Amino acid sequence: MAVNTLPKDFSESGALIERHWQELAAKRRLYTWLGLGLFAVAFCGSLWFANETNAGKFFDRLPYLFDFVGDMIPRDALEIFRALFDLPSPYYDGSFKYNYPEGRHYITDSFYVPEYFYKMLETLNIAIFSTIVGTVFGFVFCFLAARNLMPNWFVRGFVRRMMEILRAFPEVVLAGFFLAVLSLGPLPAVIAVSIHTIGALGKLFFEVVENADMKAEEGLRAAGANWIERVWFAIVPQVMPNFISYFLLRLEINVRASTIIGAVGGGGIGELLRLSIGQNHQAKTLAIVLLLFCTIVAVDQLSAWARRRLVGDQAFQLAQ
Amino acid sequence: MTKLHVSEMEDIAARHPEIFRTTFWARFRMPLIVLAAVLYGVYCWWFFAIGAVLGNANWSLAGTYLADWVSYEVRPEIRMDDHGTMKIVYPRFSPLGDNPNPDWLIAERQTVTRTIEVPAAARTTSPKPTTSFMAPGAALGSAAAEAVTTAPPATETRTEEVVTRAEVVMGRSTRIEVLPGEVTVQHGGERLRVAIDGRTVTPETQPLPQWATQKRPGEKVVLSFGIAGWAEIEGDEVSIRKRFLGWANFVFDTRSPFFDKSASEVFSLIAWGDRIDPARSNISLAWNNILYNSEWQHLDVWTKLLQTIVMAFVGTVLATLLAFPLAFVAARNITRSWISNQLTKRFFDFLRSVDMLIWALFFTRAFGPGPLAGMSAIFLTDTGTLGKLYSEALENIDDKQREGVKSVGAPSVAVKRFGVLPQVLPVFVSQALYFWESNTRSATIIGAVGAGGIGLKLWEAMRTNSDWENVAYMVVLILIVVFVFDGISNALRSRLIGRAHH
Repeated sequence: MAVNTLPKDFSESGALIERHWQELAAKRRLYTWLGLGLFAVAFCGSLWFANETNAGKFFDRLPYLFDFVGDMIPRDALEIFRALFDLPSPYYDGSFKYNYPEGRHYITDSFYVPEYFYKMLETLNIAIFSTIVGTVFGFVFCFLAARNLMPNWFVRGFVRRMMEILRAFPEVVLAGFFLAVLSLGPLPAVIAVSIHTIGALGKLFFEVVENADMKAEEGLRAAGANWIERVWFAIVPQVMPNFISYFLLRLEINVRASTIIGAVGGGGIGELLRLSIGQNHQAKTLAIVLLLFCTIVAVDQLSAWARRRLVGDQAFQLAQ
Repeated sequence: MTKLHVSEMEDIAARHPEIFRTTFWARFRMPLIVLAAVLYGVYCWWFFAIGAVLGNANWSLAGTYLADWVSYEVRPEIRMDDHGTMKIVYPRFSPLGDNPNPDWLIAERQTVTRTIEVPAAARTTSPKPTTSFMAPGAALGSAAAEAVTTAPPATETRTEEVVTRAEVVMGRSTRIEVLPGEVTVQHGGERLRVAIDGRTVTPETQPLPQWATQKRPGEKVVLSFGIAGWAEIEGDEVSIRKRFLGWANFVFDTRSPFFDKSASEVFSLIAWGDRIDPARSNISLAWNNILYNSEWQHLDVWTKLLQTIVMAFVGTVLATLLAFPLAFVAARNITRSWISNQLTKRFFDFLRSVDMLIWALFFTRAFGPGPLAGMSAIFLTDTGTLGKLYSEALENIDDKQREGVKSVGAPSVAVKRFGVLPQVLPVFVSQALYFWESNTRSATIIGAVGAGGIGLKLWEAMRTNSDWENVAYMVVLILIVVFVFDGISNALRSRLIGRAHH
């Protein structure tokens, strides 16, 4: 595209402008190429470093990847559903690979919840409960962090820094710490995900509050309303649809987060998945993957539908 | 608030009847939502057995663990020996090194000559030169397996230095004085004398002060002095746990020749001291000692952190590179084929909905633990998410530019290059930057399931419950990295699309 030779028929000042433009363009091109080169070097270096520090080298392990995929194929398609519903398997050989009735959670003498459904429910409850906890605290803190409602910069800055730290603090450390204190169970996962959610939602919430229309607040202020009344009657009705939309968005993220936290010791379906992949139980693994996949799709669809009803299409960018 | 007159209110109500004729749902949805949330909270309280778990939690342990983040304990033990003498023993790997002589432990020593019986079986263990804090079991395993040498019982006359009196200064108002057979503790103006006779422990004053506890008469007395530490008086031994603020031996470990030297001493040694190790200069020795500090493992921690950063970076770049062309196929205004649109979109949905965890576990099995697995997991999940976002951005572009380019007879590639790309590129790059930043955070946790990086190291450090200071160190590093990358990504994004958009 770039014009490299000056056309002959420019006037003197026209040629000057043209030359100047070409100089600028050349400079810009130089910077672009420099940036791209730097980027390529960083990228290749990263790839080399990752391969070098990995336990198995990429090209050595690649054939095993396909072996592993091949190993994952169950003996028959029904086996997955037997694993999913804890039905007895005809292949039962005394190992845990094909023993399904063990994990049943009996509610009455004959009615049971299959283990994976129970664990999935646990994971879902972790996600929903910690999103609610995070929303409640985020709701309280966001008004203290918004520039238009909290003129005191010290309080505002403090609340914002606190949210940043809550957001950036590694969840795995929170989970591990509370695992050490509270012993095994889903509660460490709840605390870890909740704390992260407070930080993440608090930030999104205060940004919504800062963009709120202040005319209603002015009206209330003129009528002599105090701070809580102004927030409650002027700001909250405006921001509530966005808050609920972010709540739903966060719920989607937290369902994933709580499976991962589960895998590092927080209970729920994640732990089972890690164990079953580690022990090479194909049908069990596929059953869990299927269940997780369906749950995540269902949660995503439900939340997308609810958000579309609440705020229309505009709030559909992903945010974390 | 200003009160309205009743007639004025009625007047307003008459003028705007539609405001007061709302549906049941519109009027009560707020309380209903709150009620539902509260009920759900009660259910979760039962489901997770929150009350029972919180009640059974070991909260004093939590305090100790939290204190371990920023402080460390020195644990001398004062053992009662025969003949009214004592011995001060430090455990292996004491943060004070091999020759501890702290100024807060005042010992009166005496040289005595005595005849003692050498025990029949003397266990000899060779000191292990290197140990890693992450796997103490592995390091100690070989030492424990050492052969036990047996020797015939014999008496021996030894001349040795013994301790006859020891005084531990725990704090400004806290002192523990240990004499053979008697321990005197002063804390906060109170004084407790405890007699010990080799087996039983008898406090001389009853009831005990608040800071001392004894579960049964004759058993050990536990003294807790809050943040200053605690001590245990047993029949034949007084164990001291004195707590110090800070990270012990953060730069040089106890095996290093630079250990326990002040900064200026180290500097002068490096700058103009004689070579400690004739094979290399002091500065390279010092640097090597720092990198391979056995307690803090700086080099390993930094490598693992770099792995995490690399995982996020490469994963996001690869995802962007793959999502970019696929998004053009998925966008229905760019590729006018319903089948290919739907196929690509469903493919994105599939990648996104198979959780990052599943991909991570899957690739950990395939590639072995390491950054390759985490990288692949991030790559696949983000291809799905970025592809979806990119195709949505493409579907929302302004068609006029495309038409303009098309109307001058440009080929299809040129239409996309000059009609489409300028509109979406800033959004694309900004989304990629955003994911890069957020992946730096999620790469930590992905690592903990075995996908390499700092997450795995964090998880290993936490499992033993004794290395919380290392956890704190890694958390500080992670927070720094996250904040720096946040800053970089925010700066780049606001340069790209202006401050208003993110």
